[in-house]
Amino acid sequence: MATREEEMTTQDQTDEEVVEQEVDYNANPIVSYKDVHKSFGDVHVLKGINLDIYPSEKIAIIGPSGSGKTTIIRMLMTLEEPSEGDIIVDGENLWKMEKGNGEMVRASDKHLHGIRDDIGMVFQHFNLFPHKTILNNCVMPLTSVRKMPKNEAIELSKEMLSRVGLGDKLDMYPSSLSGGQKQRVAMARALVMKPKIMLFDEVTSALDPELVGEVLEVIRDLARTEEMAMVMVTHEMDFALEIADRVLFLDGGKIAESGSASEVIEHSENPRLQDFLKRFRAD
Amino acid sequence: MFESVPDIIRYVIQGFGVTTSIFLAAAAFSYVMAFVAGLCRLSNITIIRGITAVYVEFFRGTSLIVQLFWLQYAIPMLLGINIASAWWIGVIAIGLNYGAYLSEVVRTSVISVDKGQTEASIALNMTRFQRMRLVILPQALRLMLPEFGNYSIQILKGTSLVSLIGVTDILYFGDVYRSSNLSEGAMVYFILLIIYFIIALPLIYLSKKGEKIAKKGAAT
Amino acid sequence: MSKDFLTLGEVGWLENFINEYTPIDLTYWSNETFMEALPIVAQGIQITLLLTVTTFALSLVLGFFWLLLESTPFRFVNLIFYWIREFIRSTPPLIQIFFVYYGLPMLQFVDISFTPFMAGLIALGVHFSTYIAEVYRSGIESVPKGQTEASIALNMTKFDKWTKIILPQAIPPTIPMLGNYLIILFKEVPLAATIGVLGILQLARNFGSQNWSYLEPLTIAALLFLVMSYPTALLIRWLEDKIKRNNPSLKKARERVEV
Repeated sequence: MATREEEMTTQDQTDEEVVEQEVDYNANPIVSYKDVHKSFGDVHVLKGINLDIYPSEKIAIIGPSGSGKTTIIRMLMTLEEPSEGDIIVDGENLWKMEKGNGEMVRASDKHLHGIRDDIGMVFQHFNLFPHKTILNNCVMPLTSVRKMPKNEAIELSKEMLSRVGLGDKLDMYPSSLSGGQKQRVAMARALVMKPKIMLFDEVTSALDPELVGEVLEVIRDLARTEEMAMVMVTHEMDFALEIADRVLFLDGGKIAESGSASEVIEHSENPRLQDFLKRFRAD
Repeated sequence: MFESVPDIIRYVIQGFGVTTSIFLAAAAFSYVMAFVAGLCRLSNITIIRGITAVYVEFFRGTSLIVQLFWLQYAIPMLLGINIASAWWIGVIAIGLNYGAYLSEVVRTSVISVDKGQTEASIALNMTRFQRMRLVILPQALRLMLPEFGNYSIQILKGTSLVSLIGVTDILYFGDVYRSSNLSEGAMVYFILLIIYFIIALPLIYLSKKGEKIAKKGAAT
Repeated sequence: MSKDFLTLGEVGWLENFINEYTPIDLTYWSNETFMEALPIVAQGIQITLLLTVTTFALSLVLGFFWLLLESTPFRFVNLIFYWIREFIRSTPPLIQIFFVYYGLPMLQFVDISFTPFMAGLIALGVHFSTYIAEVYRSGIESVPKGQTEASIALNMTKFDKWTKIILPQAIPPTIPMLGNYLIILFKEVPLAATIGVLGILQLARNFGSQNWSYLEPLTIAALLFLVMSYPTALLIRWLEDKIKRNNPSLKKARERVEV
């Protein structure tokens, strides 16, 4: 495998060759945030998020730490409940449901379970199941959640694990893998579920610098070939700009800037964004 | 003083079956109670949590010997059965007592499984039940092992109390033997202690082994 | 049905509920017996507490001796005392009480007999000292190795090292653990009732045999234990949380010795 530097330079040169999948912005969005607020105790983290995510769109969320980037996607994954506002997934309200009399009440576990199927997530700290082999990390959700026959699940999982370059480590346990390998398993585990939208929560932040490249390479491959929408919370600025259809800059609990990579990065007048980018570029 | 040893052993061993059967039944019962109560305390239904908390704190707050005597009189009332055998009362009392202690072990082990595990299984859209069964419990079990080993030894020690409510275990036969051979008292009780220790040895071994397994622990 | 149970008007529904919907039979319960037994059983608090405190003091001292006996320069000796301690620790204290009370005075070369109180004190004191030794050990192990190395680097005497460096750090974290054992001991002390120590339990049983109603006095006994041990347990849990928060490495040590 090429080193990270090499990959980056080739990538710079071949930017134009990346097959851009056209995002149809006239289609119905698969996810809509409608004036979503979130507070943790007294801390008002998100102050009115409005965001539409379109099928197969690749979105990168950037912003200073503590700005609530992760919270945005955690609410969509149903790990965090919004304090106010609605999140609509495929036309259905995620966190609220209609009671018999038309009144909207807090979603039940069952309601969440019904909608969550379309969403997958990769975590900063991998969260692999330590008591299962790598293969079974992928197989178990397929057989238990999707009720897929065991041999079919094994086939699919093997295929996906080879795709992320771990086809030869099927029977190992997560504890014997490097961070980069763990994160690739975590991606395979999320991918076998075939979500319509995939969330990436700072997936390279917990990795040693030399292991970042192999993980980004997998995401790059997915972005190029997969139909699914992707939302990435990331600190890998160059990478985000390279593959994102749209970049969101989150500041002060709101989406301060939104647009194509070049719009946001090169032409934004927002001084906070300039400041933020300057600090990153300096690294 | 040693010539009576074979006699004593032959006499007290009559209670061996009862001692081991009470131990096994009480241990099994307390393990079941431990999981039922431990998981109930993690329920999101307030009333279930409340009822289990009362059970756990009551049995942890009073002593086994008091509970044993109390249940001897209370069980007929509580269950509407007039003749509950002493064997059953012993099993129920010991099981409820150590079930309460062990439920805390279950609860704390489940809580100490990394939160990311729950989040990952939510992200894979597992149901609450699947999360618990497939992800959390298998990891929590490992953490519980040494404490279950320790408490099993405590349960074994606790079974000696059943002779006080008339169960014919080895202590019961020991007491009978001593009452007609007063000068043999020390030897009788020493032999009983040895028998208990022999039963405890595999448990000691298992709890040491469990400690090692738990130490390997659940890594991310 | 007995009208004695909770005759207060406003809780009459409770009695109805119990009669209607549970198999609980209240025929044998009497509030009068309960009130009659209460002051009598409560007299046992004094003896129970006295036996608890003296036994605890004894086990604190003996616990220290186990440590010494298991850290002699002779591995074989250490091993023997380790297994003796393991033996005492994993066999029933009730039989140990009988051994001391009924057994020891019968040996030809022992020319003493014990009062029930003394027998309970010795048997339970020795039994608990085996746990206390473990607490001490975990306290000492919780002091980082670097502390010993530092005191060597400062050329301290062995005595100074222990009294000025190791022990002052080893003792505070053991306090909640010792507190836990105090509560556990308090709940084991009624075992001494079996040889006639007139604590809470024995007074309850005596009342029962004199009046042919055991349920009320035994309920009182249970409640007395609960009322005394529960608040203490809460206090210790609070203390434990506080210390654990300051020193997370102790968690492991604590788990290992918890009964």
